[in-house]
Amino acid sequence: MKYQFQVVVSLKPGLLDPQGKAIEGSLPAMGWANASNVRVGKYVELVVDAETEAAAISQVDEMARRLLSNPVIESYRIVASSPSLRFEDVP
Amino acid sequence: MSAGTPRVGVVTFPGSLDDRDALRAVALMGGDGVPLWHADRDLRGVDAIILPGGFSYGDYLRTGALARFAPVMDEVRAFADRGGPVVGICNGFQILCEAGLLSGALIRNRQLRFVCRFVNVRVETSLSALTEGLVPGEVLRIPVKHGEGQFTARPDDLARIEAEALVTFRYCGPGGELDDEHNVNGSAGSIAGIRNSQGNVAGLMPHPEHAVDPDVGSTGGQPLFASLLAYALARV
Repeated sequence: MKYQFQVVVSLKPGLLDPQGKAIEGSLPAMGWANASNVRVGKYVELVVDAETEAAAISQVDEMARRLLSNPVIESYRIVASSPSLRFEDVP
Repeated sequence: MSAGTPRVGVVTFPGSLDDRDALRAVALMGGDGVPLWHADRDLRGVDAIILPGGFSYGDYLRTGALARFAPVMDEVRAFADRGGPVVGICNGFQILCEAGLLSGALIRNRQLRFVCRFVNVRVETSLSALTEGLVPGEVLRIPVKHGEGQFTARPDDLARIEAEALVTFRYCGPGGELDDEHNVNGSAGSIAGIRNSQGNVAGLMPHPEHAVDPDVGSTGGQPLFASLLAYALARV
C-alpha cells in the first residue's frame, strides 16, 4: 500500500534565519508593514510503500530524523494525507 | 606500509573544490597525497584522511548532509573508530558534523553574507591531530571562505565541548584577543574548529591548505599540516 506524506522542516526557535530575515525586510517595502516572525523552512513530499500505515509512519519519522532534518538545528513535522495521521512537532 | 612518509588521503566528492590544494599542501609539507574517491570503499592504505572544502552535492538539503552517505564515508568512519586521524576543512567540517563524528552544526553566517578573507585564529589545545605540535595561545593567519560557517550546538553539547576542551581554534584578533568584532561569522564562543574526545578527528572552517606557500601569502596553515603529518607518522 502506498502512503503519501509531507514533511515540514523548520529551523529551531532562536536560530538565525537569514532567508526569513531578508523576506521580512522586503515586506514593508511592498506595503505590508505588519508582518513579522517570518521563518523559512523546507517542505518535502514523499510516498512510502509499506505493509501498514503504522509502518509507513514510523519509517517516515526515522527518515525525517536521520536525513531530512538535523536535530541539532531543526525540528520537523510530519503530515500524512489522511487527517488521522497528523503528528505533533517532534523536538 | 609507509616508511617515513605518511600517506594522506584526500576525498573528492561531487562538488569538492579544494581537494587539489589539499593534496598539494600535503606534498609541500613532505607527505604523500593520495586522491580518494567518494564512490570507492578503498582507503588505499592511507595514514590520515582529509575531507576537503567545497560544495559537496551542491549543498543540497543541508551543507554536508548528503556527503555523509557516500560509500567512502563508511570506511572513513571505521578508520576514525580505529583511531586514524581524520581532518575536515570547511565543507569537510560540515560533513563530519552531519556524520556525527564531531558535535554541533554549521549554520548561515550571522552577517548573512559569504565571507572570504584572511582571519586570525588562536590555538586552544595541542591535543588533536591538527594541533599536536602547536602551543595553545599561538595565533595563526589563515583564510576563510564560507557562507555557512557559524558554529552552533545544543546548549548541553556546547557546555561539554568547552568543559572537555574540545575547541581547537577560535577566531581572534592579531594579538589573540577574543571579541565580537573578530568573530568572523558569529560562531558560538568564536569557535573556528573542534576535535573529538580522542583528538584524532578534527574539523575547522578556515583553510590551512590555502596558507602553506610563501609565494601566495600567509604560511599560517603550515603548522597544521606539519602536526597532521607527525600525528599520522607516529601511528604508522
